[in-house]
This record gives sequence, C-alpha cells and structure tokens, in this order.
Amino acid sequence: MTRFIRSAWAGVAAVTLLAALATQCTPSQPASRRTGGGAQSDVALAAQKTYVAPGDLDEYYMFSSGGHSGQIYVYGIPSMRHLATIPVFTPYPATGYGFDDDTKKMLGDLTWGDAHHPALSETKGDYDGRWLFINEMNGRLARIDLRDFKTRQILGPVPNLHGNHASSFVTPNTEYAMMATRFSVPVPRRPIGIDKYATDYKGIIAGVKIDPQSGNMSLAWQILMPPFDYDLGDAGKLASDGWMFFTSYNSERATGKLEVTASQRDRDYIAAVDWRAAEKAIGEGKGDIIDGVKVLDPKKVPGVVYLMPCGKSPHGVDVSPDGKWIIGSGKLQGVTTAFNFEKIQTAIRNKDFTGDEDGIPVLKYESIKDAEVAVGLGPLHTQFGPDGWAYTSLFVDSAIAKWKLGTWEVVDKAPMSYSIGHLSAAEGDTVSPDGNYLVGLNKLSHGRHLSVGPSQPESSQLLDISEEKMKLLYDAFTEPEPHYAQIIKADKIKTIEVYPKEENKHPLAVWDVKDAGVARNGKKVTVKLVAVRSTFTPSSFEVSAGDEVTVAITNIEQTTDELHGFGLLDYNINLVIDPGETKTVTFTAKKSGVFAYYCTNFCSALHQEMQGYMIVK
Amino acid sequence: MDKLLQPVNRFMSGPIGLAARLMLLVAAALLVVTYFFPLWNLTMFAPQYPDGLRLDIYSHTLVGGNGGQDIKEVNVLNHYIGMQDLVNESFTEFKWMPFVIGALGLLMLRAAVHGSVAALVDVTMLFVYFGGFSLWSFGYKLYRYGHDLAPTAAVQVPPFMPPMFGYQQIANFEVYSYPRLGTYAMAAVVVLLVSALAWTWWDDRRSPRAPAGA
Repeated sequence: MTRFIRSAWAGVAAVTLLAALATQCTPSQPASRRTGGGAQSDVALAAQKTYVAPGDLDEYYMFSSGGHSGQIYVYGIPSMRHLATIPVFTPYPATGYGFDDDTKKMLGDLTWGDAHHPALSETKGDYDGRWLFINEMNGRLARIDLRDFKTRQILGPVPNLHGNHASSFVTPNTEYAMMATRFSVPVPRRPIGIDKYATDYKGIIAGVKIDPQSGNMSLAWQILMPPFDYDLGDAGKLASDGWMFFTSYNSERATGKLEVTASQRDRDYIAAVDWRAAEKAIGEGKGDIIDGVKVLDPKKVPGVVYLMPCGKSPHGVDVSPDGKWIIGSGKLQGVTTAFNFEKIQTAIRNKDFTGDEDGIPVLKYESIKDAEVAVGLGPLHTQFGPDGWAYTSLFVDSAIAKWKLGTWEVVDKAPMSYSIGHLSAAEGDTVSPDGNYLVGLNKLSHGRHLSVGPSQPESSQLLDISEEKMKLLYDAFTEPEPHYAQIIKADKIKTIEVYPKEENKHPLAVWDVKDAGVARNGKKVTVKLVAVRSTFTPSSFEVSAGDEVTVAITNIEQTTDELHGFGLLDYNINLVIDPGETKTVTFTAKKSGVFAYYCTNFCSALHQEMQGYMIVK
Repeated sequence: MDKLLQPVNRFMSGPIGLAARLMLLVAAALLVVTYFFPLWNLTMFAPQYPDGLRLDIYSHTLVGGNGGQDIKEVNVLNHYIGMQDLVNESFTEFKWMPFVIGALGLLMLRAAVHGSVAALVDVTMLFVYFGGFSLWSFGYKLYRYGHDLAPTAAVQVPPFMPPMFGYQQIANFEVYSYPRLGTYAMAAVVVLLVSALAWTWWDDRRSPRAPAGA
C-alpha cells in the first residue's frame, strides 16, 4: 500500500513537472505579435483614417517606382487606391504606350527598364508639381509631365555610365537631375579584363541639366570616379544647397563574390559633389571629351568632389529638411550616421583629410560626424517629418525607427511586414515635410494577402505619423517592385483632362471627317483617320502589299474620358488616342489580305460598331 | 360711331406724362441686357454627366457650357437618335432677333421723346407680339428637333417634345429648361410698357387733357 502511495505521488509529480515544462515550450508566434505591441492599430480608427468615401478624393498622390516593371504606379493616400500606371520604360498596351511612332522612338531598342527613384521637380526645395523624373539602370533618365501624366522624354543611355542606380535626385530648383554608376566599367567603354578592375574601371557621376521652362533634359557633365558602386543620393538644400551626396559601397574595389569581398572595410564613402563647382569648371572649358561627353577628372580639377567615410556599405543618404545634416545609413550596421554640413565645410577648408582615393580627398570621419544614432539593424533610408522628426527604415529588423534630429534619441519603432526597403513620408524629402502619413515600401509580403501563388506582390504599408507613436493603418499590395516613392499634396498637381484642339499642331491631324482619307506618294501611304463616337472615318482603306503605311488617327472628342483605341489585328498595332490627340503608327504592309481595325477602348453604347477594314492588295 | 370713337381718338393722340416717358427709357435700356445675357437655358444631367451639359440660348447665338464643349457633346449624343445638329446656321432667329430688338428699342426711345399715346400703344403692341412670336418660334423649333428624327438613326426613339419650361426626363437625361436674365429683362420691358400705358390712362381719366396740337 505504501509502495502504491509512493508511486502514485511519483506519478503526480512527474505529470506536474511535464505540465510545468509544457508551459515553457516554443511559442507559435514571435514576441512582437503575442504582446500586440508595435505598429498595430485600433481597427476602427485605422478604418476611419483610410476610408475615402465613394466620390471623395484622396489627400495626396504617391508616385511609386515600378522597379523592373519599368513603370510608375500612382496611388491615392490615405486610401492606398491604385489610381493609374504611368508607363515609362516598358510598353504598356493599356495606353498604347510603345506602339505608336513617338513612344516607340522614345523607347528605342530597349523594351525593359529598371526604374528606381522618382524625383518630383522642386522650386526652393519644395515640390512644385510640374514634372516627375525617374532613373533606369540602362543609363537612362525619363521625364513625365504631370500636366497629363505622360512620359515626354527619355534621355540616354548616356555614355561612360553603366547601371544608373544612384539617380535621379533633383536639386532644390530643379537645376539638375543626377545619374551615377553602379557597375563601374572602363571609361571610355572598351573590353578590359576584370583583373584590371581596381585601376582601369571607373565610376561616373553625371549632372543632367533641366530646362526651367520646358523641362527638357540634356547631359551637362560627368565626373570620373573611383570604381566603387554608387548607390543612392540626395541633393543638399538650404544650408547645403549646391552640393550633392552619393553613397557608395565596394570601396574595396573588389570583384567576384561581392557579398563577401565588398564587405570587408568598416567604412565606405559618401561622395560629396560641389555641383556648382562642377558647373563652373565646365563653363571654364575644363574637362576632357570622352565618348562625346565633357568629363571632369578630380585629379586635374580639384575642389569638385570629396569623400566622407561612412560605415558600412552605406545605402541611403538623406539630407535633413534644413540642409544641416546628411544622414548616411550603413546597411550592415546598427547605426545611422549624422554628418554635419558645417563641419564638412570646415574640414574641407582646413584640409582635414586622411588620404585620398584616385586624387579625391577623404575627409576625417571624426571631424565631420555629429552622431551615430542607434536606430536598429540594417538601416537603409531616412525620411523626415516636421519638428525635426526622422524616420529610418530598417531592413534587417523589418521596422521603422522614429528619432529626433539634434537630440539623436530614438523614440518609437514600428514593425513592418516585411523587410522594408525605401520609405516615403508625405513631402518627406523636401524643405517642409508634412508629416501625417508614411508609407513603408516592403520587399516581402509573405502571404499577408490571399494567396496568388509563388510570384507574390510586394507590400506597401501606410502608417499614421501624426502622433507620437506610429500607427499602422493599411496594407496595400503593389506590383513588383516599388523602390523609392514620393508623396505630394494633391492640390499641387494641375492636370488637364483633354488636349485642347487649339494646341494640337500635329501635321497629320484632321478635325473634320471631310479631311480624312488616304494619300499616296510612291510606296508611301498616309491614312488620316478621324475617331469620334462611334465611327472611324474612313471606315476602310486600301493599300498594296509592301507599302510603307502611316496611319494617323485624330480623336476629335473634347469630352473628358472619351478615349478611342485603334487595334489593327494581326499587325501588332494597338494605339490609344486621348481626346484631342493625334497619334501615328508606321508599318510595312507585309501581309496581304483583309484586316480589321476597331476601337479597343470602350467609348459608347455603339462602341462595338466602331470598326473598319484595311485591305492589303 | 364717330362719337363712340371720339374719346379713344382723343386719348390716343394725347401726350404721355413724364413718368411714362421715364418708363419707356428704362424699358429701352433694359433691352441692352438681351445682347449680353442668355434668354433661355437648357441643362441636362445624366449619370455619365454629373456636372451637366449646359446650353445657353442668346438672341444671336447658342453657347455651350464648358467652353462650348457641351454643345458638341449634345450633338454627339443626339446623332445616335438621329436628331439634327444644333448649329447657329439652323436658326434664322439669330439673324433677325437682335435687329428687331434694336428696332423696338428705337421705337421706345421715339415714343419717349415724341410722347404720343399712340406711339406708346404701337410699341407696346409690337413688343408683345414680338415676344409672343419668339416664344412660339422657340417652342416650334424644339418641337421640330424632337420630331424630325432621321429614320436611319441607331437608336429609335418615339418623337418627343423637349421641355420648354420646367423639367422632363428624357431617357437617361434629366432635362431642365428655364428662362434666363435676357427673357426676364424682356418680361420687365412688357411690364414697364403696360404700366406706362395704364399710368397714362389713369392719369387721363383723372384729368383729361386736350389732344396734342388742339
């Protein structure tokens, strides 16, 4: 009996011990979720803050780069509704972009681009709502007119520069947009073995002049740089106006397995470019012509560029709204570094250098740094709010840190789902940030949405930053792949909704159906078509096989949203003509037979009847 | 018979008083309004046109809202039901109306200066006739537009009379038709002319005057 009692006790003790151990098992969720802390939000409040009632308008536009889709996505904030896609570097059948003669010519041989950093035009360091610039890795820069949200110019590929990542950051009065090399190459371009990388390969920083009236871009100058990978940039403003800052990694000048070889040094560099000095040097006739471009060699033209050491493999560099601080984020560190512009100027004056790289002076780190802010792991980019607030994205921590300029104190952290890259606050890179909203542009969404298979969308998360604590408001899912985005107050953009007839100076425009028709000049045939609800005039035309045919279509509507499409079957022709617009497409009538053309863009109750035939004899 | 008409003749050939003359001057001045302000307005709302399509009718022209675009839009829509285009050339009224209004204005000035009751009666009668004819003509035009529909039209609708005054639902459109400042000015002119006449008549009843020149 005693034995039985003893073993019963032992049994109870064992079960108790097991039960006690069981409470110590691995939890099913990470701590942040279990405690409900961080950027979780009061659902009702979040719903109210983001709900834009049917027919109501959003407060802000967000222009989000589309990455390797080559496009720009336009969102309304705070609803996070996708309003439009602006095709830039990639054909987009939805608007006929890349199918008509003009846009085909603009795209050239490249039907793909990797668009990264949109830059709204600025006046006195504030967005002015005129143009939007965006870079692309194949050495190109595009300008979008915000009057009609259309891509109007693509510059490049420019010579000497390869992998245009650190671009398109504009200066405070849109004097320049910038371009810089990510993949150093021999300059001038020629095949040289990779073993000569450290000495014979070069980086390039380029200034692209912008015409203040037309917005027309032209390549003004280039600066020959050491073969680092130039990554991001930001223009100085107010106190630091006249300077440009570019981060770079791989100051090791390594090749091969860069993830190791380019991560050896504790510090790489931010290149500080005195762009007014560069402009002046070019004005004085300095520089060598390389592949048709004036290139300044810092060895021969000192005083144009300096290197600021910044740890470790810095990614983002962002200038504070007053221009006093330059925030450099070493992506392999736990701190972001605040450099003091005044101290940089003093160090330059005092020649407070620790050496040079290919003749470019390296400033002494301790002399120019104000603070190393312990924001968290993997800091990438910083945006600003009013009252000196700064927000830094943390890729590794998958969070945003809120901290204060000057006191360098970190006051809040909001987890992001997941792995945030860029972030964008309302007018958060101007001289007068709005605060209110911030969007985290995350690289991974990990199924926070209905499953769509392995090819997942990215996630863009909207946060309320109007109060002390950041609050998550909304998850939006964006097509691949947003890099940087900018958020501009909606009333700064003044759009048109039809092209006024008086402004249409196209030589092939016809506004009266009586003027429509076919004209032949040898093997060249010009067809002037009028599109108006719900007829194409002429509704048929004849050409001969082998003719070079130009079809010019004028949409003579002056009513908003009355677009007409022109789809020509079997010829891969697809145009969309906005009200008041004339577009042309030129092709050789190779295939003989009868081919229908029709209106692709739904226009009216008799849209289905809007059709015609091309007869190729 | 002569005896019966005598008081009428005496009254007609009599002069008009200062107040009536002033009313005539104001009436003539009011006519200027019709050159600068529309006589009538038609506004059409539909789900697709939440801002409305607006059509202002002046004595000399048609003006579409939205910088003239609305009239083009109305014509684009009307072509589906086979209605004729609304264009200035179809309205002979635009040629003679400003001229007639001017002429009537001159007659008012003449009556104000010349000052006989007969002149006042003439211009009042002419103006009322002109106003009535214009209204009839406007209604007739609307009737013709709503009834002369091309038999080949894509969308067949039964002939209809667009609203001349007030509201009417036509297919997906709410149509509102109301007079505008020009018409109100013309109505005020009628009121002034009739008042001048009435005032002269009452004045004459109280203290009959000798016929002019007697």
